[in-house]
Amino acid sequence: MVKTKICILDYGSGNIRSVYNVIRHLQFDVVVSNNAKEIKNSSHVILPGVGAFPSAMKKIENNIPLDCLENEILDKGKPFLGICVGMQVLADFGNEHESCKGLGWIGGSVNKLSVGSFPLPHIGWNDISIIKQSQIFNGLKDYRDFYYVHSYAFNVKDKNHVLAHTEYGSNFTSIVCKDNIYGFQFHPEKSQRAGQLLLKNFIKLYEKE
Amino acid sequence: MKKNRLIPIVLLKDGWVVQSKDFSQYQNLGNPVTTVKRLSEWASDEIIYIDISRGDKYDTRRNDQGYKNRGSFLNIIKDVSDIAFMPITVGGKIRTMKDIEDRLSSGADKICLNSIAINDTKFINQASKEFGSQCIVISIDAKKNLDNHLVYSNGGREITNMTPDEFARIVEDNGAGEILINSIDRDGSGSGYDIPLIEKVADSVSIPVIACGGVGGWDHFSEAFEKTSVDAVAAANVFHYTDQSVYLAKKHLYESGFNVRKPDLIKI
Repeated sequence: MVKTKICILDYGSGNIRSVYNVIRHLQFDVVVSNNAKEIKNSSHVILPGVGAFPSAMKKIENNIPLDCLENEILDKGKPFLGICVGMQVLADFGNEHESCKGLGWIGGSVNKLSVGSFPLPHIGWNDISIIKQSQIFNGLKDYRDFYYVHSYAFNVKDKNHVLAHTEYGSNFTSIVCKDNIYGFQFHPEKSQRAGQLLLKNFIKLYEKE
Repeated sequence: MKKNRLIPIVLLKDGWVVQSKDFSQYQNLGNPVTTVKRLSEWASDEIIYIDISRGDKYDTRRNDQGYKNRGSFLNIIKDVSDIAFMPITVGGKIRTMKDIEDRLSSGADKICLNSIAINDTKFINQASKEFGSQCIVISIDAKKNLDNHLVYSNGGREITNMTPDEFARIVEDNGAGEILINSIDRDGSGSGYDIPLIEKVADSVSIPVIACGGVGGWDHFSEAFEKTSVDAVAAANVFHYTDQSVYLAKKHLYESGFNVRKPDLIKI
């Protein structure tokens, strides 16, 4: 039995320091690594991300042992959380700058937000609407605003995989979930109480005694 | 729905948090990390952290508050980002792309440019291409000059021939993500925002504009949201003297029906 230890994947992109700080603040054991052994020895894996889809995918392919990761997540069912671009790369492919293949763990594609007259990127605090009940929302109550910085969003193929959406010009998927694989379009590490609650729920849901 | 923001500004001089009046008088308010911890606990939507030191000496002498003495501004940013679970904008003394990179890698989410943006508009363009528009905030200092306002550079010491709305359009065209408009006349006055100035700038661009300068009470925030199209309201001095200031200001706006996040108090 693996004790609770969160591995934050380090592939040279994104807000790793603040994700690390918040997990530490929640008093969980946490390591930043892209090492196969650390991935195997951890109970949860988090993939942060900032930047464009193609460059994130390229860095992931170059720096992360994908065979090992897919074995742990897809075959063994280890809980996984992708944040922002880390969520978007779960798709089959992305259309940012150029069409680019994603990890393909959750069906769908990543496309530019359709926002009408609103400015892009979508930056700031915005609330989520829960589409499908999940234990990840335990205790969320009235604090439903999260912090976003993005111009693209995940068009999920199977609507059963959408837990929440957010409105900015139109609705986009803000929380995706397929079995043990979760994705947040917002930055929970920058979202104070609400962000910390979802992170804590994600970890607690799969915590082994 | 996307929320309007309430943003405390923290001015740092030689490693200390200070209060500013007329851009020239400064009063010491204490340790930068302790200050940010409080602002984080009061659920600020984000903070703007500006280094207004003239030299390179950083000294946070008092160690009795549990934070060690850090010798550089970048180390102070690192300490601050460890306890701020919200976005941080960092400004002051940014002259090169490397300066931006250093601040972002120390934990800043956005950076704020002032004099360099006036002296070299191409720099805004270059920075927004390299790091993305979302992390480039341009702060514009303006002062009333006969009938209209003019932009000032170098901490309010040098006059330019541009009006703030002209300059706002230039920075938007060059890829800036947000504009912080500050009235030098109202700085430290507590008499409220320069509404005509803020309105003119907010109406001249489509990127988010943050109002700054002159807040003395919570109603001044309401006034900006009522009378102008600003996306966010900011202030510095007014947040330093009342316990739970940001929480109380947010509560005032929330209960008056403004589109802000629900007020909150967090233990950090």
